[in-house]
Parts: sequence; structure tokens; C-alpha cells
Amino acid sequence: MMEAVSVPPFERFYEEQKAPVLAQLRRWLGGNDAEDAFQETFLRALRAYPNLEHGRHLKAWALTIARNVAIDTVRRRVATSADVPDIESVDELLPFEELRRLTADLPEKERAAVFLRYGHDLSYEEIGDALGSSSEAARQAASAGVRRLRRKELS
Amino acid sequence: MTVSPELDARFRDAAAAEGLLDVAYDFADTPVGRLLVAVTDRGLCEISYDPEPERELEQLARGFGARVLRSPRPTDETRRQLDEYFAGERRAFDLPVDLRLARDFGRAVLDELALVPYGELTTYGALAAKAGRPRAARAVGTVMNRNPVPIVLPCHRVVGSTGALTGYAGGLDRKRTLLELEGALSPLR
Repeated sequence: MMEAVSVPPFERFYEEQKAPVLAQLRRWLGGNDAEDAFQETFLRALRAYPNLEHGRHLKAWALTIARNVAIDTVRRRVATSADVPDIESVDELLPFEELRRLTADLPEKERAAVFLRYGHDLSYEEIGDALGSSSEAARQAASAGVRRLRRKELS
Repeated sequence: MTVSPELDARFRDAAAAEGLLDVAYDFADTPVGRLLVAVTDRGLCEISYDPEPERELEQLARGFGARVLRSPRPTDETRRQLDEYFAGERRAFDLPVDLRLARDFGRAVLDELALVPYGELTTYGALAAKAGRPRAARAVGTVMNRNPVPIVLPCHRVVGSTGALTGYAGGLDRKRTLLELEGALSPLR
């Protein structure tokens, strides 16, 4: 059943993902930069679209591209600004990088669930959609991941 | 979080300007109803009556690639020429057409169809003969029924051997409207 998910026409992908992507970019970057990053995110998605092999996890895919664009934007800000960098934005992205490092060793599903929950601030229902499982399964994967991280921290 | 119309339009323009689309489409409002108009980098690839976007987009994606996006600018020229045609100011379309999905006999028939002049009628049998298979009138009917770009490739100018309008993928009323516009039929009543 899961194997049969084909890549939808880009129009449908864009219509489904444009609002969550913009919301997330606004949270990371604020006003104008978020709009530029929005366009860049979907242009990158278009370039990569022919290489997609299936239509699963498209929300997580779109948010991953958005995150990369946001990181590039913040790096550019820091590089071009003579003033103190925009602390607020950098602060929001640093834990993100850290989360990525921390979760690197988790099993794939738990890692995705932890990342989407604590990095992207998605609801369990959205995570379930993104991973093709129920919201309950998403919640269990995230809490299993967090338990595993705690054990790792203690050991 | 809603995406403003300006931001949305900016992305759709940029996607086309950067050459990243397999198919760009938009809608055209005409006297024969709302049409979906789709173009590739090779030319016009689809005009459809009574469009059901969900189904059409899937079809376009299967035929030409999944990067199908509503983007007005690439379709501007087609829509302009359609406007002129319906205003009675244009007798021939000057548009590249992408017929890569039509093969063999179907392609030969569409090539012949493109040569049927404004305001004139031909028959399924005559078109079959010109495409090299004089007995294939019925097959020509099938090709007409699946014409990817009606109006621009004038399948409305093809009628039965008795002169009856016979059939039209967009419905006989539309066929009659187009032929009346071209002066090939006198209006009913």
C-alpha cells in the first residue's frame, strides 16, 4: 500500500505545502527574508522534483529544504552584517543544528519523529501524515526517541 | 499562515522564467466556456473544455513530467490569440504545438487537420485519405475525439460525409458555435 504513493503533480505539492513552509520560515527568519526564502525553497524543490522516487513524506521533505534555505539565509546575514548578528534568528537555528547532531544515532523513524516534533514544532497528527503513520504511532516514536536520548545522556 | 497573492504570483513567474517547469497551465475564459490551456517548452500541449484540474494535472504529469504548475505568463500568447479568434480578428493561429504524445496515424491526421482552412469544412473520410488511409474514417473520428488542442487544431471543421455535424469532444453546441463564428454555418433559426 505504502509503495504505491506516486509523486503528485507539482501544483498539488505546492498548494499543500506552501502555507506550512511559509509559517515555518516566518518563525525562523521573520518578514522579508521569509518571503525570499519561500521562493527559494520552492525553486529548489522544483529542481529536485524529477529525482523524487515516491510521494511519501513530502511535508518533511519540503520542511527540510526550507530549513536548509533558512540556514543559508542566516549565514548570509551573519556574513554580510557589520553589526551584531540577528541574535534572535541565530538562536532559533542553533538548537536545530544541535538537535540534528544529538539525534544522529537514533533509529530512522524515531529520529524523524523527534526532529519534526522538537525541531519543526509539528503536531503529532502532522508528523503522522509526514511519516505515513497514525498520530499515536508518531507520538510513540517521538517519546521512544527521547527516552533513548536520555539513556544515552545518562550512560 | 496564508501566502499572499503577490508572493504566490512571484513564485509562479520565477518558476517559469527559470525554465523549471515541464508544463505551465492557466485558464482562459471564452464564449465556449472556461478552458484549461497548457504549454511545454516546445509549445501548446493541451486545451480542454470543462476542465477537471485534479484529473487533468495527473494526465499532464504522466505525459510530460511531474513539474506541472499553474503559471499564467507562458500561456499569455495562446490566450491572446484565442481572444482574437473569438473576437473574429484572427483566422489562423500562429503557435508552436507540442504533439509529442500523438504517434503514427494519429500524428499524420493531426498534421493534416492543421491545414484545414478557417471557415471551411472537411469530412472524416477526406481527412483519412489525406493521412494515407482512405478507409479509416472511423479511426479519424477517434483521433478528433482525442485532439489535445481543439480550436487551435480545428477538429470542429470536420463533419460526416452527409454534412451532419456528427460529434465533438466539447459537445455539438460548441462545434456549432465555432462554425458559426467562422461563417461556415448559418445560425440556426
